[in-house]
Amino acid sequence: MPHHEHRFGEAASGDVVQRHRGRQVEVIAMRLNGDPVQIGVPGHWTLLEVLRYQLGLTGTKQGCDKGDCGACTVTIDGRSALACITLAINADGRDVRTVEGLGVGKAHPLQDAFDDCGAAQCGFCTPGMLMSAAVFLERATTDTEVVVDRPAIAAALGGNLCRCTGYTKILDAVAAAWTTMSDRDAGAAGEDV
Amino acid sequence: MSARDPADTGQTPDASFAVIGGHHRKIDAMDRMTGLTQYTDDITLPRMLHAKILRSPHAHANIVDIDLSEALAMDGVAAVITGKDLPISYGIIPWTPDEHALCLDKVRYVGDGVAAVAAVDEETANAAIKRIKVTYEPLRALTDPHESLATTDVLIHERRRKDGSIKRSNATKRVTLEFGDLEGCFADAAVVIEADYHFHGSTHTPIEPHCAIGYLDPKGILTVWSATQVPHYLHRELAKVLELPRNRIRVIQPALGGAFGGKSEPFDLEFCTALLSMRTGRPVKCLYTREEVFLAHRGRHPFHMRYRTAVSADGKILGVDAKTVLDGGAYSSFGLITTYYSGQLLCSPYRFGSYKFDSTRAYTNKPACGPKRGHGSVQPRFAIEVQLDKAAEKLGIDPIELRRRNALSVGDRTVNEFAINSYGFLDCMEKVATASRWSDRRAKLPRGRGLGVAGSTYISGTNYCIYPTDLPQSGVQICLDRSGRVRIFAGTSDIGQGSSTMLAVVAAEELGVHLDDVRVLAADTDLTPVDLGAYSSRITLMAGHSCQRAARDLAGKVRTAVAEEWGCSRKVVLLAEGRAQRIDDPAISMPIDEAFVLAEVQFGTMGSVGSYQTPRANVHGEYRGATIGASPAYSFTAHVAEVSVDEQTGEVTVHSIWAAHDCGRALSPTLVEAQIEGSVYMGAAEAVMEHHHVMDSGLKDDGAKRDPGPGKHGLLANASLLDYRIPTALDTPDIHAMIVEHPDPNGPYGAKEAGEGPLHPAIPAIANAIYDAVGVRIDDLPITPQKILAALRAQREKEAAVQAPGAATPC
Repeated sequence: MPHHEHRFGEAASGDVVQRHRGRQVEVIAMRLNGDPVQIGVPGHWTLLEVLRYQLGLTGTKQGCDKGDCGACTVTIDGRSALACITLAINADGRDVRTVEGLGVGKAHPLQDAFDDCGAAQCGFCTPGMLMSAAVFLERATTDTEVVVDRPAIAAALGGNLCRCTGYTKILDAVAAAWTTMSDRDAGAAGEDV
Repeated sequence: MSARDPADTGQTPDASFAVIGGHHRKIDAMDRMTGLTQYTDDITLPRMLHAKILRSPHAHANIVDIDLSEALAMDGVAAVITGKDLPISYGIIPWTPDEHALCLDKVRYVGDGVAAVAAVDEETANAAIKRIKVTYEPLRALTDPHESLATTDVLIHERRRKDGSIKRSNATKRVTLEFGDLEGCFADAAVVIEADYHFHGSTHTPIEPHCAIGYLDPKGILTVWSATQVPHYLHRELAKVLELPRNRIRVIQPALGGAFGGKSEPFDLEFCTALLSMRTGRPVKCLYTREEVFLAHRGRHPFHMRYRTAVSADGKILGVDAKTVLDGGAYSSFGLITTYYSGQLLCSPYRFGSYKFDSTRAYTNKPACGPKRGHGSVQPRFAIEVQLDKAAEKLGIDPIELRRRNALSVGDRTVNEFAINSYGFLDCMEKVATASRWSDRRAKLPRGRGLGVAGSTYISGTNYCIYPTDLPQSGVQICLDRSGRVRIFAGTSDIGQGSSTMLAVVAAEELGVHLDDVRVLAADTDLTPVDLGAYSSRITLMAGHSCQRAARDLAGKVRTAVAEEWGCSRKVVLLAEGRAQRIDDPAISMPIDEAFVLAEVQFGTMGSVGSYQTPRANVHGEYRGATIGASPAYSFTAHVAEVSVDEQTGEVTVHSIWAAHDCGRALSPTLVEAQIEGSVYMGAAEAVMEHHHVMDSGLKDDGAKRDPGPGKHGLLANASLLDYRIPTALDTPDIHAMIVEHPDPNGPYGAKEAGEGPLHPAIPAIANAIYDAVGVRIDDLPITPQKILAALRAQREKEAAVQAPGAATPC
């Protein structure tokens, strides 16, 4: 996935547009799944609340609301972040990606592999799991030092709790997705030559 | 019937299925992975209010007064309710309705609901519940079950006998059953193993917190969307408590983010959102915080178990004598059933000469316990499997061999008279022994590393509904579409286990369509036939049967219509792989949608229903309680666990668990494996990590009895996902799931359960492996480093005493 260097919306950031029930509301501007978004958010609201309850992107889940479970994992500027303990105002000017932006038009290799391996049971942890896995595999594609084996995948997903699967099929799926992504990259490289 | 009847269906014979047994993608997984699926909290309705529930800070107290005036005066608060607004009691078991949506006159645990607020947003609701002033009169909190059972002057519930007198007891249920000549067996025994076991409490922790939305629409229909795994029972209890006819209530279970038994009864938020909506005319949502999920609990009961097991010199189990105290928490929940299960589900997979169990469930001032995956039988399974390991050692018999010598067989009845109609247990044992290289490695690994084994059994649904009825346990409706698609309507609750996919697999098999062409609409009491819900591992067997019946009815009509078109017998028409095919002439076939059209022309719009009722004859005994724990079919499991023990730190690492499970027939093997893996993980975690730790006056992790101090009785010590340690990917052992198929005549295609049974052996297998590794027994769960270190210290002292008998240490 290409990393968005593009910054925008600086003019609006930090503007206090109104006070809502005694709370400060600020306008933030972010790139969300590739689209520019400007929105007024209560200053104390988390990114998770804004995504779910203001923007209607309910793919990102709330499991604990205190940074313990990883169900709310999104990426901010390409790094994984827990949306439930990130203030929305801290996403101002950033590039945010949620599970809704993972596979566009067709399934991301991770989604396809999770589906094929049976890695999603109830599916509630899955969006966060997918985002953590995506960050890890994207890092692995750019950094040849990163080894993608079972222990490394388990470590990369160590912040995401799953209660259904025992992780077995999740680790299978990430490994399978990595094979697909590696083959695809190798294929693309071959075509270039 | 165990297999398809070719004479009836004309389809391929048993075991050569087109869809069943293949690799399937779940029909609903991709939507869950793209953010499209709506779980309850993902639903927002116009003008929706948000509710919060005020919870008791006391473990046991009378409510003297509740002052709502400040909360009601707040801007943004729409309504406030208390227990007096919902005075009718309920309970998942009709004989023990001891709960109220909000407490009436006293609170019974820290976290009991006292009042509920609906406000414009969650923040306002939270602020408002803080403004409610409750005056409490604290009472003595009973937090230890033994103390509770011994107390008659403090009663957690005031219950009256038929003559009006007060029952001066805190026992919620006692069950005593005896089979065979127990004392005679003990007199004949070569060895008697006697020990006390303690199973700590644990909880489900689905990643999705409980959530409900209530909405009374202007036409007077109350809709409740809830993260429940039992929409049907919720429907009934809502009608009872809210005094509404059932046809004015609709319960919808949206996609569910895990349950494991933790969402299998009504909770306060469902009643409160419903009533708050009735008061305000607006939709009302309530989402539990994670702390509330821990407090709602209904998890695994702590059990205190004293077991005596008599074994003959050749390793046969002669008798088992089990005495159990169950720590039930503040309410009955499923406790009546749990108390029976604590004894009734122990009698398989082994042949017992005789058996007695005496189980008493106590009320305590703690979050109520209920059914967690492997309801009521995981705890006794721990005790018996460790007992057998101890017996095997005493007799010098390999633990797997000892279990083989006690095997049941098909056609047997267990000592408590449950009928065994399939039995893959020995194959399960064989598989785990081979895969773990048991005979080469057990008792032969270097000190610090060990292998342990355990076996188990579980039910595939209970033979009887929770309330007395002759109605079917499960109904499925199927319609065929002219485009070649199949629609299934079922009351089943897919809680992640894949029950909707299971139904689609069955329909695709019978109707010859591709899995992608089946749509399942489930768990909506207005739109789907009744199914009792996702509990007791019943859906595959029961709804599987219903679906098979409905689908076969339709397939018969389709084949009849096609046969007429082709001028052949319907016996040579096969529906498979998206086509109607002629068996005797492979050149003749048509797409399935054309076949459906032919059928619709001949028979009209194509729809059918199937229902399932459990077999009633010859499946259990006639004694009082014989029906509880009786199932149409029993599954079997064996585990071998490999552990290492760090003798410096006491830390146990579970490296691998080999788990073989007899599910009768794997309708969808990937889903069955997933259930085995999830079960093994959850069981392993209960052995060495998890503890729903309510501070009480009972046994602590280190074995010492200790008072937690004033004001701490009944406080939950670890109500977060950081402190209640569920395993991460790094903590989970390598799980090797193996499927064993011994089809059961009572299962659809022979299928039995796979969702709960595979959990049971993990805990005793780990305990037994620890003994193999370092020679210490930890009979008190969870197995913590402190307990390991204390046991190793005791072991060293004992060895030193043996080596220097002259210098005997006083003990």
